[in-house]
Amino acid sequence: MRLWAIQRVTAAVLALAVAAHLATILYAVRGGLSAAEILGRTRGAEGWLLFYAVFALAAGLHGAVGLRNVAAEWLGWRGLRWDATWLAIGALTAALGIRAAWGLYHA
Amino acid sequence: MKVRIQRDGGMAEYAVAARASQTVLDVVTEIQREQAPDLAYRFACRVGMCGSCAMEVNGVARWTCRTHVSRVVGADGVLELRPLANLPVIRDLVTDMAPFFEKWSRAGGQFVPKDGVVPAEFAVVPPASPQRREADAGIECIGCGVCYASCDIVSWNADYLGPAAMNRAWTLVNDERDGARAGRLRAVAGDAGCHSCHSTQGCTERCPKGLDPSGAIAGLKRTIFWGLA
Repeated sequence: MRLWAIQRVTAAVLALAVAAHLATILYAVRGGLSAAEILGRTRGAEGWLLFYAVFALAAGLHGAVGLRNVAAEWLGWRGLRWDATWLAIGALTAALGIRAAWGLYHA
Repeated sequence: MKVRIQRDGGMAEYAVAARASQTVLDVVTEIQREQAPDLAYRFACRVGMCGSCAMEVNGVARWTCRTHVSRVVGADGVLELRPLANLPVIRDLVTDMAPFFEKWSRAGGQFVPKDGVVPAEFAVVPPASPQRREADAGIECIGCGVCYASCDIVSWNADYLGPAAMNRAWTLVNDERDGARAGRLRAVAGDAGCHSCHSTQGCTERCPKGLDPSGAIAGLKRTIFWGLA
């Protein structure tokens, strides 16, 4: 039940976050893309840090819960050991994403 | 017409005369009486009340007594009969329904009166109340197992409670006389319960009584999410 709720709530977050992310990409690449331009936008910007931290956390959790279900139903991979594996993969995905967002903020 | 039947040891083929208004159950009965006296199959009422004659007819779970051959026979004139999917086969077309009903009890399918005793007075339940309507919508299930055999989730996870058991649980969750609501909601939550349902609605599509187990499962998800989250 908790995993199901996490999956639904993160899906709702991702629906908005992905849309905002794509819109930002479309806006940012107009007239060419450069590292300096990206950093100019993200450096020291708490709003973007918060947005991408939440985005990365939701993506990590959503991916891990989804993979757990797919693996259980299609491959029969069930049990505590697999749950721990998916939790680790989800936490790693989220951590890498948040680390990247922090890097852009702090660069 | 050609009839292929899954029997112990493989598919057996029989030829049966096509007749007007012939049901699939008529065909099986004719084969057993005229050609294969050792063919095992199950039926009782022949009129769609008991739910015991369900089988896979050309790959779709159906009541054979309420299925006219003319409506399901393939373009090649072949009728293929197999026992209900997702259940252990006892012999030929007869499945063991024990795991199916065992899940009803695992899903909290028994009515438990409030405070443990049935009150002396009849309970007055307004038929038009929203809760009673929800319960009424699912109460006509006769436990034939067609939904269970049509459920992908059961085929992926043998522990999954299945549509009929959770449809039953949903009728009791909406029964205001019932006293085991919390325990029942816990019993249907989790990997083997309502949260594993993909809402593909094979159960609702195939239910011969026109019930909506998929909607019942969605109701359980909703109730648990807003009640216990």
